[in-house]
Amino acid sequence: MTITNKIVTENLVLQYSDGTESLKDISMNIPVNSISVIFGPAGGGKSTYLRVLNRLNDLANVTTVSGKAHLYSESGDFIDILDPNLDVTALRRRVGMVFARPVVLPMSIRENLTYGLEIAGVRKRSLLHEAIERSLNQAALWEEVQDRLDDPAMELSGGQQQRLCIARSLALEPEVLLLDEPTSGLDPISTGKVEASLQELKKNYTIVLVPHSVQQAARAADYAAFFLQGKLIEYAPGNEMFTTPQVQQTADYIEGRFG
Amino acid sequence: MKSRSSAQRRNLTQQIGFIFLRLVAIIAVLPIIAIIVFIIYQGAPAISLEFIFGFPSDGMRSGGIWPAIVGTFFLTLICALVVSPLGIGAAIYLAEYAPDNRWTQSIRIAIINLAGIPSVVYGLFGLGLFVIFLNFGISILAGSLTLAIMTLPVIITTTEEALRAVPQSFRVVSRSVGATQWQTVRRIVLPQALPGILTGVILGLERAAGETAPILFTAAVFFLPRLPSSPMDPTMALPYHLYVISTQVPGMSPQIQYGTALVLLVFVLGMNLIATIIRSRARARRQW
Amino acid sequence: MRISRIKPESFITWLIKFTGYSAIIFVFLIFYFLLSEGIPVFGEVPFKDFFQVRWYPIEAYFGLLPLLVGSLIVTIGALIIAVPLGLLTAIYIAEVASPRTKEILKPLVELLGGFPSVVLGFLGLLILSQYLREILALPTGLSALTGSLILAGIALPAIVSISEDALDTVPRSYRDASLALGATEWQTIWWVTLPAAKSGVLTAIMLGIGRAIGETMVVLMVTGNAPMMPQGLATFVNPTRTMTATIAAEMGEVANGSTHYHVLFFIGIVLFVIALIVNVSASTFVFRRKKRSERILS
Ligand SMILES: Nc1ncnc2c1ncn2[C@@H]1O[C@H](COP(=O)(O)OP(=O)(O)OP(=O)(O)O)[C@@H](O)[C@H]1O
Ligand SMILES: [Mg+2]
Repeated sequence: MTITNKIVTENLVLQYSDGTESLKDISMNIPVNSISVIFGPAGGGKSTYLRVLNRLNDLANVTTVSGKAHLYSESGDFIDILDPNLDVTALRRRVGMVFARPVVLPMSIRENLTYGLEIAGVRKRSLLHEAIERSLNQAALWEEVQDRLDDPAMELSGGQQQRLCIARSLALEPEVLLLDEPTSGLDPISTGKVEASLQELKKNYTIVLVPHSVQQAARAADYAAFFLQGKLIEYAPGNEMFTTPQVQQTADYIEGRFG
Repeated sequence: MKSRSSAQRRNLTQQIGFIFLRLVAIIAVLPIIAIIVFIIYQGAPAISLEFIFGFPSDGMRSGGIWPAIVGTFFLTLICALVVSPLGIGAAIYLAEYAPDNRWTQSIRIAIINLAGIPSVVYGLFGLGLFVIFLNFGISILAGSLTLAIMTLPVIITTTEEALRAVPQSFRVVSRSVGATQWQTVRRIVLPQALPGILTGVILGLERAAGETAPILFTAAVFFLPRLPSSPMDPTMALPYHLYVISTQVPGMSPQIQYGTALVLLVFVLGMNLIATIIRSRARARRQW
Repeated sequence: MRISRIKPESFITWLIKFTGYSAIIFVFLIFYFLLSEGIPVFGEVPFKDFFQVRWYPIEAYFGLLPLLVGSLIVTIGALIIAVPLGLLTAIYIAEVASPRTKEILKPLVELLGGFPSVVLGFLGLLILSQYLREILALPTGLSALTGSLILAGIALPAIVSISEDALDTVPRSYRDASLALGATEWQTIWWVTLPAAKSGVLTAIMLGIGRAIGETMVVLMVTGNAPMMPQGLATFVNPTRTMTATIAAEMGEVANGSTHYHVLFFIGIVLFVIALIVNVSASTFVFRRKKRSERILS
């Protein structure tokens, strides 16, 4: 059996402890093996939505989450992401995340990549090395760092660090990759490299991307969702969204009339 | 014309003021240097192998101070073994786990109070709990435990600061690749905070090594013709020994007194120096 | 697999939580043992006897007033010296000194904080008291004044270090605004920076008070240890006796469980309560820790 949707969310509502309701009744499906883009003005709830999908909001001051969020595996089984008894460490291995600021851990390049695997109990050197080479290749970084794997990761350039962060997520072979404005601090060349590797990666992974510009959204999107003040305004295949938006607010935003 | 002269006057005031401040700072700092130099100058002639490794003789008027050195070493060591896990654990709780609520607030108030209790009151407490109630008698163990509780707040506070200095983003990233909270603390936070923690522990122990009042009724004795053979033995100790030979023994030679003061100062300030070196090394090597 | 992963985690979490609460446990333990050894005194000595002006335990005179007064006098004397000296030094380090001077001065002052008090007491006894006796032509150099001078040295590091931190955390923009209005740096220090750092400075002074009142060895060694009531200005150059020194000097010689023993613990309770008041009020001034509301990397 093959599935069409990797993640299904219905009627998601989320509130922070200061009273901010950051997600208001979000229902959307994330199709498998594709890039879904979530875009919209600042404070719209994009990051908050991503953090629901790997339960990273558990670390924040979130008071209530309600609704439904299911993660499907190839076999058609699903787990309830919001289940309070869920083993979140296992979930986070299946749903990896890359942040806006490249945060490499204060260790060598190699250790950055093997950290998650070792935590998961993988000790075998050959497996670890395989994962290093594969993930660095997927993130288009292997050529640049293959000779200096034991150097401190902090010595890499900003663009390299961000690709290392992507590789660090990929090392765990997640099923879903969440990227929150992954290129916001990068120069155009590095941005191009990251975007190109995402196009490669979507063949095997489901990708949810918060872009750092409408242009990037238009370039990358197979599907696009427009978030405005915690609400999902419009959700459509990328080529439709950016040529013939159906809602006025979406059209205004895409054409740069606000936000 | 007039405004310029008032500006000049204000400038003059400022110059005089700054000179005055500099003078005051010199007055505050000069005695510190003077004390160190003076004690080295007076005490150095007393230092010899026999003085360090010998036993006191002739009612402590000659001989060495070895039993006091050994005693202070063991008091500090056992204190360290007890207080380090406790203090570091408490700091981990406060920096990494504790929710922001009333209970945490009361832990903080308790720590502030512990830090402020006079050392002689710790001595009373050690006497009541360890020496009498738990029946350890006057012993190294009773003294070390008393010192441990006294240094606990110092170690908690400095360790917590070191833990909080580790960027929050490392924790989030670690959790996002599936690490548990404890795995994150053990593999990311603690290694990064280690130099800061070590510095804090050493500074806490520095205080323990130099204190007299807490061991007065719990561990220290006037004179012991042998080295302590177990933690249940009473002991001589450097600070107490200095107190004894400078107030209780008539006809002491000043040289032995200054020699003892010098050894105590080297012991304590040596720890301070080690802490400073660890701190500046770590700062130079730190990547974030 | 899952069970073996969860269990150690929750055990360690529990252990860490327990160590976190140990501070509270110790405060209660300390208070409990002081009470249990000190409270019996109320069955043995009439309460009003504590307010006598005579402390002479051998004849069962347990007047605490001279000891309380002794502690106060020595502490006040120390503060009169240490507060201006410490505060001005802190201002010099924070506002005037070059970065290099600052890097030397601050560790040096903090080094003094690490000095064993018995070493300072020893120097006070051997050197300072001799000088004072000769210069001031006193019958004895062991006096409240000698105690105050050395206690000032003990309170100084706390006052300098914490005041300097407080001055240092005053935002640059405050000073810039004042300088832009035409004030000199000197005026800015007194009108802007110091007032802005007020709460930190108060904390520093309170902690200095705590250090001075709780110090034992120094006062035991240099104040002459005569429990006396104040007699005008001469009080400062007369011998005196503090609460801490009384405990230290006499606890070694009393029989466990005797009235004298209980009274010494009662003095401990008094000291505990004073320390509690000083430190809790110091901590209410303390500039509140910035809350860690850093959003999750977005
Ligand atoms: N930890 C938090 N506590 C309280 N409110 C929060 C927290 N994190 C986010 N918010 C609020 O929730 C709303 C949505 O925030 P979110 O970061 O998800 O928006 P975003 O769409 O990612 O914005 P941006 O484009 O600026 O990254 C905002 O109003 C924000 O202020
Ligand atoms: Mg965001």
